[in-house]
Amino acid sequence: MAIGTIMIANRGEIAVRIIRAARKLGCRTVQVYSAADRDMLAVRLADQAVEIGPAKPSKSYLNIEAVLRAAQQTGADAIHPGYGFLAENPAFAAAVEADGRIFIGPQAATIRMMGDKAAARAAAIRAGVPVVPGSDGVVNPAEALAVAARIGFPIMIKAAAGGGGRGIRIAQTPDELATLFPQAGAEARAAFGDDSLYLERFVGRARHIEVQVLGDGHAAVHLFERECSLQRRRQKVWEEAPASALPPPVRSALCASAVRLAEACQYRGAGTLEYLYDDESGGFFFIEMNTRIQVEHPVTEMITGIDLVEEMIRIAAGERLRLTQHDIVCRGHAIEVRINAEDAARQFAPSPGTVSGLVVPGGFGVRFDSFLYAGYTVPPFYDSLLGKLIVWDATREGALARMRGALDELKVEGIATTIPMHTILSKDPAVVAGQVHTRWLEAWLETAELQAAASKGEVA
Amino acid sequence: MPITTLPSPLPGTFYRRPAPDQPVYKEIGDSLAPGDTIGLIEVMKTFTAVTADVAGRVAAFHIDDEDAVMAGQPLLDIET
Repeated sequence: MAIGTIMIANRGEIAVRIIRAARKLGCRTVQVYSAADRDMLAVRLADQAVEIGPAKPSKSYLNIEAVLRAAQQTGADAIHPGYGFLAENPAFAAAVEADGRIFIGPQAATIRMMGDKAAARAAAIRAGVPVVPGSDGVVNPAEALAVAARIGFPIMIKAAAGGGGRGIRIAQTPDELATLFPQAGAEARAAFGDDSLYLERFVGRARHIEVQVLGDGHAAVHLFERECSLQRRRQKVWEEAPASALPPPVRSALCASAVRLAEACQYRGAGTLEYLYDDESGGFFFIEMNTRIQVEHPVTEMITGIDLVEEMIRIAAGERLRLTQHDIVCRGHAIEVRINAEDAARQFAPSPGTVSGLVVPGGFGVRFDSFLYAGYTVPPFYDSLLGKLIVWDATREGALARMRGALDELKVEGIATTIPMHTILSKDPAVVAGQVHTRWLEAWLETAELQAAASKGEVA
Repeated sequence: MPITTLPSPLPGTFYRRPAPDQPVYKEIGDSLAPGDTIGLIEVMKTFTAVTADVAGRVAAFHIDDEDAVMAGQPLLDIET
């Protein structure tokens, strides 16, 4: 291993995940932390820990100078950014390399290109990857009307610099388009400092399917796909691999398209290409590429037997891909549920606080990636993800049964969590049948059944 | 003049303005009516308004804009 010391510029469960992979490779680990994270599990596990600032992310985990100073002080050879925070910040990736260290991720130029949604779309078109019908890049209001006339309504106006659903409007008619276009521009300028807009046909009912890739800057391989259609406010809550709804020829074409795009941009590291999939037509459309490790990566690890974080580190150290496409086989089925500190029965109210008791499920095919321990106080300053419960079995039906058992075993006491919601979801006929789409969960959450059952779960 | 201290209802990050480029909700010396918004508390990326429970005048803030606060910690003094 050409990397001696890895610094983890992140927190929570992903920091723990990265430390485990680094340890396996014999690397020394340095964990950075904010003043609110002194007690977190990754600080306890790492060989060395460095406080880099106050609780507020902009003064700690998002502070490039503070993170680089910690790397200099501790002699870190490489920095793993995890997800969120600085993971997809091209200025950070460039600054790490300018400081003579390794950024465990793609090149800054790749992050920059994929961060510009219109440029990513153009790159996909060049690589022959299907995209949602829309404009060829950024448009002005007059061009927008002409494009909409060609591809039809309803149409989505999207910010080129976008993310998190901001700068997005859906227009039903030309008049609405004329009204909403400047609104979306103003919102995009306020949120991203850039009012460039492009258009895409609005796909109302689709599945969210994404392909995991690994590249070494020369060649790329795929590790099959995940389905993440169960979302609330564009946040995934339940993920599976593989996507059972895909007919085998569609799966082959989808995964091959992801490899083409990854190779076309000489992708280095782990990445994910997100697509919309329409059950009725069997069509798939690229929407964007995430140039980082994702929260839901464990389901891919479970079906392929490949440690994605280890592969990321090896690639960053200069190794070529150790696997050919032929070596990567999909076995069985994996499901992950996100355990968040939220009370689903009270509009998902955040629930930070002290974990008074913790019982972790185990046994064959069960994995719990988390940063909890009994007595730990979950701080209120960061996102609500506490951990991920992941199960594997030879069949989807078996994986669902194993998930129900594991959810029953898992006890997080002292704070409200999304465990009761997942217990109900895991028995829902539509979920069991796999008959879901990206707007299914929000409609389901309106049902009274959840409210009653979740409150009962809270008492138990 | 009696002083009432308003504790933070939640743990999180206290904001005195609705957005970074906008003015503060209340300055020291501003008058308050019950239900007036004084600031926001961000808990795990969710924002909740902090409102006055009494009428009066803002006397002092114990927590600066964008600083961390724990539940029950004094947030501001109101002269009633």
